[in-house]
Amino acid sequence: MSASPDEVRARFDRLKAREPILQVRGLCKTVPAKDGERTILNDVNFTTHRREFLCVVGPSGCGKSTLIRTIAGLEEASGGEILVAGQPVHGPGPDRAMVFQGYTLFPWLTVLGNVMFGLRMADKPKEEAAREARQWLDLVGLEPYADAYPHTLSGGMKQRVAIARALAIQPRILLMDEPFSALDARTRARMQAYLVDIWRKIDVTIVFITHDLDEAVLLADRILVLKTGPGEVVDLMEVPALRPAAGRTLDDPALRATLERLEGFIHAHETVVDDEPVTPVVRLASVAEEVD
Amino acid sequence: MLGVLSFVLPLALWSAVSYAPFLWHPLVEITDPGDVAYYSKGMRAPADAFAEEVEGMTASGQAPPQGIPANPVYLPAPHEVALALWAAATPAADAREEFRLSSSLWHSIQIIFWAFLISSAIGVPLGILCGSYSAIGRLTEPFVEFFRYLPAPAFGALCVAVLGIYDGPKIAIVVIGTFFQQVLIIAGTTRRADYALLEAAQTLGARNLRLVRNVVVPAVLPDLYNDQRILLGWAWTYLIVAELVGTSSGITFFITQQARYQHFENVYAAIFILGIVGFGSDLLLARLGRWLFPWRRTTA
Repeated sequence: MSASPDEVRARFDRLKAREPILQVRGLCKTVPAKDGERTILNDVNFTTHRREFLCVVGPSGCGKSTLIRTIAGLEEASGGEILVAGQPVHGPGPDRAMVFQGYTLFPWLTVLGNVMFGLRMADKPKEEAAREARQWLDLVGLEPYADAYPHTLSGGMKQRVAIARALAIQPRILLMDEPFSALDARTRARMQAYLVDIWRKIDVTIVFITHDLDEAVLLADRILVLKTGPGEVVDLMEVPALRPAAGRTLDDPALRATLERLEGFIHAHETVVDDEPVTPVVRLASVAEEVD
Repeated sequence: MLGVLSFVLPLALWSAVSYAPFLWHPLVEITDPGDVAYYSKGMRAPADAFAEEVEGMTASGQAPPQGIPANPVYLPAPHEVALALWAAATPAADAREEFRLSSSLWHSIQIIFWAFLISSAIGVPLGILCGSYSAIGRLTEPFVEFFRYLPAPAFGALCVAVLGIYDGPKIAIVVIGTFFQQVLIIAGTTRRADYALLEAAQTLGARNLRLVRNVVVPAVLPDLYNDQRILLGWAWTYLIVAELVGTSSGITFFITQQARYQHFENVYAAIFILGIVGFGSDLLLARLGRWLFPWRRTTA
């Protein structure tokens, strides 16, 4: 299964030759804090190409959620710019769809109604929207559940509906914010296989946030590594394998090495946090115990 | 089970006080006045005064009065109230219309229906807009907040002057009492719409009024429904107040009339019916809510 270095290099040359879909240039994000401002993201630069699968990893608090929310247009950038297919981002738009960690399905709509939502907002006639939505449900294998309500579905099924709902508006970019982290290990593995399978069938670029490094190595073409305080890009790693596929395993020595390098990055930056005085936390923990 | 018991216990207490002569019963109901001049059959006298009369009459060789222990007239026994309820359910054909409990109640229900409809028709949309757009909220809510502290009954005289003496002022008072609370409550509930759902809808292309109509409203609809149930309960309270404003119809008029004639069993019957109608309609609405919003498992 292991690919030769030449094959891998040729593959990434081809990938980077494709048109850039998402360009993030000098992106900064600051939020007001008690003492002036706090920098969440500082000068973030990267480019993803058409049909690329990009994973974003980093220790908690590195601003990966802020990054993806800013790309989605849910938050305003404080500086720099984001281009999607060459067009600057101002607010949410149909060229970007998002899948959230907490499913966020509309509970008052059926599965079909949820998938139709974006199509209806784009003023598609009801029949056409329903027909298209059924095709997307078929793609995620949930056509039989079209008339069910979300609260009757399992977590994995809900997230598949959310993926179908996002893909139905045919975005250039699918943004995924830790989509599988609420699922149990077995379901997560199955969902990863599903996602790769779907992604291979359609023309979409995926930006996928995860805190699970194994997941990043198994899924990604390239991995964007962020560090914390403030959030900055440490590396944009190329995963030394052929296209992400359900068959990828961490038994592959090249992938194993990539994972170890990733862990090195993350832990190198986590030690900074460990050096900080921990007494207040300990004290708070003991107080919490007393209250309980 | 405990729910049933919570009704049985007060009823048992009431029955005990009514039917067990050794509990309370501070009065004596005269069954035979004897030779006491100012006693008459059916009259209730204080127990100690009655004992004195018995003693006095016996001492002077006259016929002593006879009687049984009784409670004051304002505490009728359960069966008397039950009979009054039965009589209300099957009114005599010759009774004057406004003296019939059922027609009084029906009149009150109509008033509350119209008042609540008018209040909701404006208050619910306005509340949703206040909750959805902070500009509208800041423009509207301070005044509403102020107005809500003006007690609705204080507008009684004004309402009568403007709207006449029939149902107009009553409806107006219920509307005034309900509307301003309604705007604030609905706005508050609307603000609690799940923000994650709003964000998801925005990434799917929902904007402005379409976002409000397609996401905000359905997201908070079960909560709005529960708010409306609570507001309807308040409207009932304001109805009783409103009906005290120069009227000769409705359930409050029935109650005051019956109290004037010391028909306390009818008064209790009317109050119970108010409770039953209120509680019953709320149970019904709760059941309806569970049916309307199947995705919300706790619409209790």
